[in-house]
Amino acid sequence: MSAAEPLLEAADLHVWIEGSHILQGVSFSMPDRGVTALMGRNGVGKTTTVKALLGLVPRTGRVVFDGVDITTHPTYTIVSRGIGYVPEERGIFAALTVAENLRLAERHPKPRYELVHELFPELAARASQPAGTLSGGQQQMLAIGRSLLNDNKLLIVDEPTKGLAPRIVREVADAVARAAEQVPVLLVEQNLSLVRRVAGQAVVLDAGRVIHTGSALELLDDADRVRELLGVSRTVTDSSGTTAGAEGRRTA
Amino acid sequence: MSTVVLLVITGLGLGALYFLIASGLSLIFGLMDVLNFAHGAFLAIGAYGTWWAADHLPGAGPAGFGFLVAVLFGVAAGTLAATLVELCIIRPLYGRHREQILATVGLSLAVPALIQAIWGADPLTFPKPELVRGAVGVLGVNIPKDRFLLILAAVAVFVALWLFNSRTRYGLIVRAGVQDRAMVTALGIDVRKSFTLVFAIGGAAAALAGALGGLYFGVVTPTQGLSLLIFAFIVVVIGGTTSLTGCAIASITVGLIQQFANYYTVAGLGDIAVVIVLALVLLTRQGGLTAKKSAERVA
Repeated sequence: MSAAEPLLEAADLHVWIEGSHILQGVSFSMPDRGVTALMGRNGVGKTTTVKALLGLVPRTGRVVFDGVDITTHPTYTIVSRGIGYVPEERGIFAALTVAENLRLAERHPKPRYELVHELFPELAARASQPAGTLSGGQQQMLAIGRSLLNDNKLLIVDEPTKGLAPRIVREVADAVARAAEQVPVLLVEQNLSLVRRVAGQAVVLDAGRVIHTGSALELLDDADRVRELLGVSRTVTDSSGTTAGAEGRRTA
Repeated sequence: MSTVVLLVITGLGLGALYFLIASGLSLIFGLMDVLNFAHGAFLAIGAYGTWWAADHLPGAGPAGFGFLVAVLFGVAAGTLAATLVELCIIRPLYGRHREQILATVGLSLAVPALIQAIWGADPLTFPKPELVRGAVGVLGVNIPKDRFLLILAAVAVFVALWLFNSRTRYGLIVRAGVQDRAMVTALGIDVRKSFTLVFAIGGAAAALAGALGGLYFGVVTPTQGLSLLIFAFIVVVIGGTTSLTGCAIASITVGLIQQFANYYTVAGLGDIAVVIVLALVLLTRQGGLTAKKSAERVA
């Protein structure tokens, strides 16, 4: 793959779920470095887009990753090509221990436990604890740690700060920022302070379509565009760096 | 006292037989969400494979350890059949439960019919190896040796499945797959390989049950698998569909209840007693005896 080629390219993705046309021709590409934020109001198809990229939902269209057309590949093959995935619902195996959750994700002969335990020391301390007994923040750390275990070419992280306490949001945001220094990240996120901190490019969805692509900072600096595209009329930054929009949504 | 000892040990022997069948059924349903009505067919293949090998395979007669060779042949036949069924019939039907039921019910009828077409419908005398002929005295009671063989085999299968689940990577994948199959796939794991392996292991356990069931009953019939499968389903429901420990507890419970009820009431009431226990479990603990022990779920 040459430097000019995108790392990930989605073209005309359509997804139907139980008769509803959820994605209606999503097309975008992300570069082979930095963080690309996938944004939009609730229910516009962000998580479905991620699942479509990974083949977790039936879709039409075309997906190219690292120069290879992966449209017809099964999920496990797509992920094995070098993708770490942190789903919105975390995807933790509650009955397995923390160590077993990590061991399950090992794909390479030398998994990067040092990096994972450096970022999240609690995972080492709680190795023998059932993952289902961890707090929400600890489960999110485990989910992110699991994705960092392998030497991936891309991380897909879906709403990592959703539902977390402000103190934990900072830790998770630090981890995402640290991960982004090493590997390109496709970040689904409504926390605009995190997007501002880490993202270079922004892709905005609405009603199952891409309605904006461009610089994340330029978008966030334009209050009118933010209001128009994300439905945020005013923003308030709280002490944790997370923010609440006028409609009660976590925003900038 | 001697009657109780006799009933307990023979009940444990019957429970061991149920466990051998139900453990595979539970394993397959727990991970793959496949209600495998063809499980009895694997049992029949194991039984007839062992019976055939004992008579035809060189060195596999009832003398010495020859019967072990016959059992290995029967188990290999059942395992091969299960693997082929998974690859050719079940794999295209994942997530399509109605079609799965139709296909496996069809197999459960077709295999006995095929066996009947080859060897006839009459019961065939099963060879009794020298090692398990006769009885052993326990607290003044003579217990047939084959009951101990069944119990030993069930304990060995329980330990092997426990080690598989807790100590191997495939076991880890199985335990994770029970909880969230899609997420296992999203970690880059081809869960279908685990499915094939689990189906093969389930088939092997059923075939072993067929081989040792032949010893227990003294004969093999084409429909033996079908009738035993009913009790295996009852065991799985009572024990909880995803718990190996629950499966073992339920197998012992069903075996003991049948033996005691048949002895102290009228013959045949043991089956009804088991159905009553099943109804009580369904009414009071719909997830089975181990429903709340999710952390122990292993298969």
